[in-house]
Amino acid sequence: MKFLCVDCDRVMEYVERKLPGDGTMAVVYACPTCDRETALLTNPMETRLVSGLGIEVGGRTVPPEPLELVRSSLEGYDEGGGRGSERMQGEAEPLRPGQVRWSGPASERLQSVPSFVRGMVKRIYGEYAAERGIVEITPEIMDRARTELGLEGM
Amino acid sequence: MSEDRESGRRIRTYHEVADPGAESIVEQVVDQGRRLRERLGRVGRVVAVGSGKGGVGKSATSANLAAALAAAGRAVGALDADLDGPSLARMLGARDGLERGPDGIGPALGVAGVKVVSMDLLAPGDTPVRWRGPEGHGYLWQSVLEAGALREFLSDIAWGDLDLLILDLPPGTEKLARLIDLAGAPDIVLLVTTPSEAARGVVARSARLLAETGIERVGLVSNMGSWTCPHCGVPEPLFPAGGAERLAHEAGLEVWAEIPFDPRVAAETDQGLPLVLADPERPAARAFAALAERVAAA
Repeated sequence: MKFLCVDCDRVMEYVERKLPGDGTMAVVYACPTCDRETALLTNPMETRLVSGLGIEVGGRTVPPEPLELVRSSLEGYDEGGGRGSERMQGEAEPLRPGQVRWSGPASERLQSVPSFVRGMVKRIYGEYAAERGIVEITPEIMDRARTELGLEGM
Repeated sequence: MSEDRESGRRIRTYHEVADPGAESIVEQVVDQGRRLRERLGRVGRVVAVGSGKGGVGKSATSANLAAALAAAGRAVGALDADLDGPSLARMLGARDGLERGPDGIGPALGVAGVKVVSMDLLAPGDTPVRWRGPEGHGYLWQSVLEAGALREFLSDIAWGDLDLLILDLPPGTEKLARLIDLAGAPDIVLLVTTPSEAARGVVARSARLLAETGIERVGLVSNMGSWTCPHCGVPEPLFPAGGAERLAHEAGLEVWAEIPFDPRVAAETDQGLPLVLADPERPAARAFAALAERVAAA
């Protein structure tokens, strides 16, 4: 998929992606010549189709997690392995569906967020991770979420 | 270049725009392929076990084949590509979960050290495999998810160095074509079938597809074509005599194995101990062992 600024005959550049949390997606592109911006809006089905490809619109900022797609898409994945163990061996503690773990450095960084919005910020990061099958939030994941969700300053 | 009839403007087409664009989607897909090839590069041979129809004993064949090869000292992986009807982990006695390691997520260990990955290791209990997504239109996006899941099982699992990776495909002629699109042609294909007249068309279609792919090592596994009387030990055909040879001849294939019907195949394999290990002297077990030797030597 390419976006072409017809007036300038230039390929538009990726600016940002928004995931409002209702399954839809908004991706903004801008023409490098005239700065005109346009937004691609997808419905939940289209968003799922894109995520099912295992790619990220706008490019990846961190390598994909192992089994990222399966982990984020299979219902009940976090509840463990059928007749097997309750979770993947080596994981520190069982997680409920959609629950994520915070690494020590990430938790420290969260403390720098003003207390009155800390809970909301933590929830936003948690939802971001859960939607992508990320089981542990690290400072790198926080950076990625800030960029993708427009959380600069959080 | 396309032209807007009203405005007369000429707009470059997708292929005329050399710039890959901001998406980098192509690069990401290329990277997925690279990781998959790297992982499969450590596998000696990929063996796809498929069937045109369900219920012909494909997974039991996969399990016994994997167990026999592993028991003979080979490093064997078994991937249950039947995402909606997973059974291979149970059949191979893999009861522990997957294991996280430095090289990715490690497979579960089954009997004789077979490395196993199956959806039934990831979904709890007997709950059906369900994918998260918007309600409705699941037929549009679920197949994309399933292809992605299979890709991840191949490329994200730390299989290590394997002599053979057994892929237990879901039933359906087109499943093999999808696998080839995703991961390239397997080294060996086993088509499992019952030697019935009803299977003739299905086997022929599968054979035609395989001929188009250029895969040379294709074996027909005729399953449940006869049974051995437990009292007198005399084998009796369950289908018209010579059915397997006739099917193979018409499809231009070679019969690699004829597995007699034995209720203990299902009974033992369902308990996590393939018959080839549970009772290796039974005729069906010997037939599976012979198939394994044929595969190893192919």
